Amino acid sequence: MNQIKEQVMKIVFLIAACTSVLAVALICIFLFANGIPAIGEIGVFKFLLGELWRPSNNLYGILPMILGSIYVTAGAIILGVPVALFTSVFMARYCPKKIYPFFQSAINLMAGVPSVVYGFFGLVLIVPMIQSATGRDGSTMLAASVLLAIMILPTIIGVTESSLRSVPESYYEGSLALGATHERSIFFTIIPAAKSGIVAGIVLGIGRAVGETMAVIMVAGNQARMPAGLFRGVRTLTANIVLEMGYAADLHREALIATGVVLFVFILLINLAVSLLNRRTHYGD
Amino acid sequence: METKKNSRLQQRLREYAKSPSSAILAVLVMLCTAITFFVLLFLIVFILVKGVTHITPDLFSFTYTTENASLMPALINTLIMTALSLVIAVPIGVASAIFLVEYAGKGSKLVGLIRITAETLSGIPSIVYGLFGLLFFATTLHWGYSLLSGSFTLVIMILPLIMRTTEEALKAVPDSYREASFGLGAGKLRTIFRIVLPSAVPGILAGVILATGRIVGETAALMYTAGTVAQVPKSLMGSGRTLAVHMYALSSEGLYMDQAYATAVILLVIVLLINWLSGQLAKRIAKG
Repeated sequence: MNQIKEQVMKIVFLIAACTSVLAVALICIFLFANGIPAIGEIGVFKFLLGELWRPSNNLYGILPMILGSIYVTAGAIILGVPVALFTSVFMARYCPKKIYPFFQSAINLMAGVPSVVYGFFGLVLIVPMIQSATGRDGSTMLAASVLLAIMILPTIIGVTESSLRSVPESYYEGSLALGATHERSIFFTIIPAAKSGIVAGIVLGIGRAVGETMAVIMVAGNQARMPAGLFRGVRTLTANIVLEMGYAADLHREALIATGVVLFVFILLINLAVSLLNRRTHYGD
Repeated sequence: METKKNSRLQQRLREYAKSPSSAILAVLVMLCTAITFFVLLFLIVFILVKGVTHITPDLFSFTYTTENASLMPALINTLIMTALSLVIAVPIGVASAIFLVEYAGKGSKLVGLIRITAETLSGIPSIVYGLFGLLFFATTLHWGYSLLSGSFTLVIMILPLIMRTTEEALKAVPDSYREASFGLGAGKLRTIFRIVLPSAVPGILAGVILATGRIVGETAALMYTAGTVAQVPKSLMGSGRTLAVHMYALSSEGLYMDQAYATAVILLVIVLLINWLSGQLAKRIAKG
């Protein structure tokens, strides 16, 4: 009797463990099955490289959105990475032990603030600021980049800090013993040693920025045309899906799902990069 | 102690005088840290200060009307969906973590596959979950825009989080516990449920709290699965918006900015509470 119970429960655990495999399989099947035919119908090049998105005229080119996502993310990385990097150096190497838990929970809190709240913050503060500085509509690529830069801080700080901490202390001490200052030891021995972890953190940040939806929609203006500069509105892949899914039908709807497929493939590539980078980290002593 | 600190500080300063580049780096570190924490502090204070005055008793009336954009229905929907998602996701997540830690061999291919898929799931953006939920739960299974579709979408979303935290919690249970239990003649199942799981409860709870935070803050995955109706539906098959969706709807309509501020305050307070709770738990885990 007990033997049977043990065996049955083992199978139950096994089935539960396979849920995630099933989920990924279902997500792939349903996205691709609904999206790929539309890409075929529109034409791969017309879809990916078409500069016009006008569903009412049967024009489905998502190049503006692809570029929009890339530009906004690039802006967020340029603004966010230096701040995140220096902050994680502080967390790993400067922060006094007594106040460390406080800073740690602040970073956790930052990661936990919902994206609508970030978006709202951007909408009522960053957008009006840009508006009064430029005299034009403040819902711009710049607003989206600034907001995303803030949102990816906790992701990058978390990964970078732990990779800085995993560098053996002997690297730092060796550098100090050779007469380098605290800063030189950190920036010229520890950071190069933690390089692949830091890059993994940045790539993870890129993934978050590309996938972020609600906050970007609230501040980016969302015009479906080719991006025309920092102070113009821009629409990302994610925004395209949310904005039009509510009323789209037929080919339009499938084109939106295909947009999701493109986004999904982007994210899969980014994830792959992260796991390859993480595999490379080991310190030979 | 004090003099030791001072002398170290003096040494630092002497070093900076000799090496200006180090001094610049140190200043940059402090500056960027200040920026990070100032932004967070500013965001919280800004929303709390501007929003608190807009919290009125009207906001908590049980029905949403065009005159009174009450957040109570959304709050109730959030509670229902959180509970439903957790009830489904926690057993599955805990069971899969048990399989990974207690049963699976280290080198097995299945374990590798499970890990890779869980990792993949945790990187997928919420809008892709939303699309999937729309295609699978709402369309293929004919559940329509409903709390049920939304909850199942969220289940897949929080599953990797619960799996990972539970796995860590189970791994942290010393092997001597298991060996002692086996030594006393308990079977594997009994050991897991009576010895291993109880010692891992705080860690599992920490995962559940984190998952709650993700559910409460989620918007993109819910707009096209649970829908945006601003009432509490009669059954789980009805559509209803959660607080985060409610807030997005209010601020994108632009008609109810005051109510949007108030909703932001409520959301922030919930998030602060969740963070405080998980902090307390972490402290208890550290103490052992």
